[in-house]
Amino acid sequence: MSAMNLIARTAALLMVGFGLASLGCEKPSGGTGGGGATKSGETGTPGSPKEDGDAGQIVIGHYASLTGSEATFGISTDNGIKMAVEERNKAGGVKGRQVKLVTLDNQGKPQETQTVVTRLIEQNEVVAVLGEVASSRSLAGAPICQRKGVPMISPSSTNPDVTAVGDMISRVCFIDPFQGLVGAKFARENLNLSKGATLYNRAQAYSSGLNTNFKEAFTKMGGQIVSEQAYSDGDNDFSAQLTAIREQGPEFIYVPGYYTEVVNIARQARKLGITVPLIGGDGWDSEELKNAGDALNNCYFSNHYSHEDTRTEVQEFVKKYQEQYGKVPDGLAALGYDAARLLFDAMERAPSMSGKDLASAINSTQNFAGVTGAISIDENRNANKSAVILEVVNGQPKYKATVKP
Amino acid sequence: MTQFLQTLLDGVTVGCLYALIALGYTMVYGILKFINFAHSDVLALGVWMSITIAGWMGMGAAGQPTPPWYMGLLVLVGTMGFCGVVGFVIERVAYKPLRKAPRLNVLITAIGVSLLLQNVGQQKFAFGPYPKSFPSLMESSSLFTVAGVQVRASDVAVVGTAIALMAALQFLIFRTKLGAAMRAVSFNTRNASLMGINVDRVISFTFVVGTMLAAAAGFLYGLKYEGQAKQTADSMWVMLGLKAFVAAVVGGIGNVRGAVLGGLLIGLIEFFGVAYLSSQYRDAYVFAILIMVLLFKPEGVLGRATVEKV
Amino acid sequence: MSRLVDQARSLSPAGWTVLPRLLWPLVVGVVIAGLIQFVIGPNISGFTSKVMLVAGINIIMAVSLTVVNGFTGQFSMGHAGFMAVGGYVAATITYYGSIKLFGTADFAGGTVSWTGAGAFEGPIVGKGDLLFIGSCIVGGLAAAGAGYIVGLPSLRLRGDYLAIVTLGFGEIVRVLLQGTPDQIQPWKAKEALDVPWYELLLKLGGPKGFNLLPTYTTLFWVYLFVVLTLIVSYRLKNSSTGRAFLSIREDEIAAQAMGVDVTRYKVRAFVLASFFAGMAGGLYAMDIGAINAGDLGFQRSFDFIIMVVLGGLGSISGATLAAVILTILPELLRDLPPIWPAGLVLLAGMAAAQKLRGQWRLRPLIVVAVLTAVLEIARRVCVAKGINIADYRLILYASLLIVMMLSRPQGLFGVREAWELFGRGGKKPAKGAA
Repeated sequence: MSAMNLIARTAALLMVGFGLASLGCEKPSGGTGGGGATKSGETGTPGSPKEDGDAGQIVIGHYASLTGSEATFGISTDNGIKMAVEERNKAGGVKGRQVKLVTLDNQGKPQETQTVVTRLIEQNEVVAVLGEVASSRSLAGAPICQRKGVPMISPSSTNPDVTAVGDMISRVCFIDPFQGLVGAKFARENLNLSKGATLYNRAQAYSSGLNTNFKEAFTKMGGQIVSEQAYSDGDNDFSAQLTAIREQGPEFIYVPGYYTEVVNIARQARKLGITVPLIGGDGWDSEELKNAGDALNNCYFSNHYSHEDTRTEVQEFVKKYQEQYGKVPDGLAALGYDAARLLFDAMERAPSMSGKDLASAINSTQNFAGVTGAISIDENRNANKSAVILEVVNGQPKYKATVKP
Repeated sequence: MTQFLQTLLDGVTVGCLYALIALGYTMVYGILKFINFAHSDVLALGVWMSITIAGWMGMGAAGQPTPPWYMGLLVLVGTMGFCGVVGFVIERVAYKPLRKAPRLNVLITAIGVSLLLQNVGQQKFAFGPYPKSFPSLMESSSLFTVAGVQVRASDVAVVGTAIALMAALQFLIFRTKLGAAMRAVSFNTRNASLMGINVDRVISFTFVVGTMLAAAAGFLYGLKYEGQAKQTADSMWVMLGLKAFVAAVVGGIGNVRGAVLGGLLIGLIEFFGVAYLSSQYRDAYVFAILIMVLLFKPEGVLGRATVEKV
Repeated sequence: MSRLVDQARSLSPAGWTVLPRLLWPLVVGVVIAGLIQFVIGPNISGFTSKVMLVAGINIIMAVSLTVVNGFTGQFSMGHAGFMAVGGYVAATITYYGSIKLFGTADFAGGTVSWTGAGAFEGPIVGKGDLLFIGSCIVGGLAAAGAGYIVGLPSLRLRGDYLAIVTLGFGEIVRVLLQGTPDQIQPWKAKEALDVPWYELLLKLGGPKGFNLLPTYTTLFWVYLFVVLTLIVSYRLKNSSTGRAFLSIREDEIAAQAMGVDVTRYKVRAFVLASFFAGMAGGLYAMDIGAINAGDLGFQRSFDFIIMVVLGGLGSISGATLAAVILTILPELLRDLPPIWPAGLVLLAGMAAAQKLRGQWRLRPLIVVAVLTAVLEIARRVCVAKGINIADYRLILYASLLIVMMLSRPQGLFGVREAWELFGRGGKKPAKGAA
């Protein structure tokens, strides 16, 4: 062991150490915006606090699953938010300042969600955060926003727990118990049915939550659930459950799943000779329902909005979205769009861009004219709004009724 | 009775799909002794390639009449061909260089390949992030009815094609020279190469055959469910693959007949479990059966126990 | 006969040293964790500390998996399942325990656990901290119990079969946890007071997850457990038990012939590894403030396996480094920083290592140099053309994984530790039994 060797060894260890340190401490510059428009002006003006000066941009953050198995949801929502931001900037921005959107991907993982939200708040210095679709990720991101005092608006998490995290967290969609109630009310009062069955995804918070709430509401209204069947993520064959349901002879089946499953459930049900209506929730909402052909005729689902709605803001939104992304906007895109616009509205009303002012402006929103209906934020920071019931006619959702809270 | 027969029919149909996928796992395991985690992604690729090819051939657009049966066959052949090429490339790039490395390493590259296929498939330039629906290539009406159970054309097609493919594989393995070489390599790689067998080529070939079977299963899957194909990164594909892998293990891994038996067994257990016990724990049945079988007959139902020598 | 026993007894340390020997890792852990929390913590950004925290949890998971996969050579694919067991048990005790003992599910800890905004007025360690840390340990014990059950089949199974059983175990744990009834939310804490505790233990939220937990996990707790895990694993590796583990990995039959009770040691490895994984689960749950079994499926287990294999099977420092790298990598891939400095460092490190071992091999150096150049050019092109790299993050990650495995199949450090790489020409860690 010569001295030469010792020196070389120490040097090598040190270099590796420094290399790792440089890897770890490398301060990533700015964020990666969703589109080309957000690419310019990566960092805010250094030295000056972000609230000061009217020339600087207002940075807002969005965390979503843009990669991984739930990318579909994140991409739709992000499209809606991007559109709202671009529109606003063209119209002169908020309080004369341009808005910059930073979208970061969380791969659909809760741990990464926390890292990403911290990053948005600390490195991108966002004044408000939008996100997520899935309640489990919203619940991971919300405590960080609450702790750091940055308002967060969830576009489409329906689990009641999300806004219970604190006064910085609000949402623009209705919550599970309400949607369950809407489905039950519609089945019981509009369709006059009393014997129902349910078929839900037990591995999915959304589906099982809706199932519980529907069941409660429906039995309270004097209805009866004759069969309750479940499936799991990744199941694509529902004939066993449907056969069991058929034996009980219900008058309708409540299917609170996503459209990918619903299309298959409907086809398989019809093949098994089940002709009763299926009723579902906003998870059904997609252009892809057209592929069900006539299997989904005489079926209904509750939703945030109907793209057939004749109100001008809806028609304009649908038209613009179709021009930009080449497809009819789904509910997630509409909710993302509304969340961003509600945030801008609150920004205009807030005396300053500090978290506290912004949050209280958001929480005092009343009758905001969104694409998904008039939104009022209630004392639990949930959106108080009506739901629409759509009927599927040859794969096309047609407006059927509006159910008020 | 109707429910029993219906469950039986569904169990057998899905069991055939599991069997086809399980064959790929078992063949690769038999020769390379590692669990090919990218197999389920080839399956997803098969589904999406079928949609794409059918789209190119102008099938599946709404309102079009159902195409004649041989068009479906053409899609099947095209899908199998494409996935075979992909399988060849995967084996050459990711697995072959690690032939002498510990098996755990190949497992990691397999996971890497799996992630790669999932995420490339989901890009806009590939299949896109949104689910697509499978074009209907067959009449959806029922062929005939037995005791209240409707037997559909697609069920018959799935079972028929699966049996034909399995018979072809059986012939390939036990009646051809190449099959003898495959069995030899699986039995003892070093001795096989001493006998003048080009081991690398046999391994490549086995891998490609396994991949093509997965592609065929993907096509049949689409044929049976006709509805939505989820995006390639969806966890459902991995779960489907995992169940097929369980089938391979239950039947006796490395054993071709075992894979078929295991597939049917798992399909039936799953469906009877859901129909007669509870639909709550569908996945749990499969894994519970797996653990039971492994505890009482670790080599699987048809597997042969091997004694490790010093 | 008795002489040998006497000799052995005279070699073993005196009785009074038992306590210090047991306690010194704890003292070292508290000191290091305290330094990280109170000296480094305030000087780094919240983002860096978040990444450090996640890296710490990943280190515990990777190093504990090393005990099973690396030392003993048993292939476990259900490590996230143990994390889920420990996490849920710890979350249950902390959440419902807080309600039963303190009346609310709010934070009741001291300065060490304070994660909220602003300065914290109060004791350094609060009653909530004790509950939290106790719950993590109980979570670890519960996971260890599960590890014992999973380890038992190793009586009959080996290799891939055992791997499949562990995978099945992880999935069954997930399915069962997702079948549990709804949680009693914090605003219904009064109702929970009247519910008997054995009923409470089952109300875990099912697919909605166990949410709104008080958050206690800070850098202090995480790095306390990281240090403990590292010390225990390292001392284990060089103990007689560790040598028994390694002998099982190298050749099970030979180990048995030499009198190693193979089954017992395998089960022991499982129990120990699951204990640490269970504790990490507790830290994880109380860091996020929620735990969801759906996120702890086999895909999560694979993440840890990748860390272990990438670090080098059986190398503790390798697993640690791999855990750190794999935690930072996805963040780095969001917007690529310049690659050439890292390449240069890697080249220098490799050159130094080769120089020390006195064997010059030019090819790997050239490969690394060319790869760095190509990547750097690709990066510049992407930046110039305005291509958003974040969209291709997972593709890059997967490709890197394959390339790393192909170019260095033995992992970062092989079976050695980092310092042995630069040491006396690569001495094997398993010294022959004296």
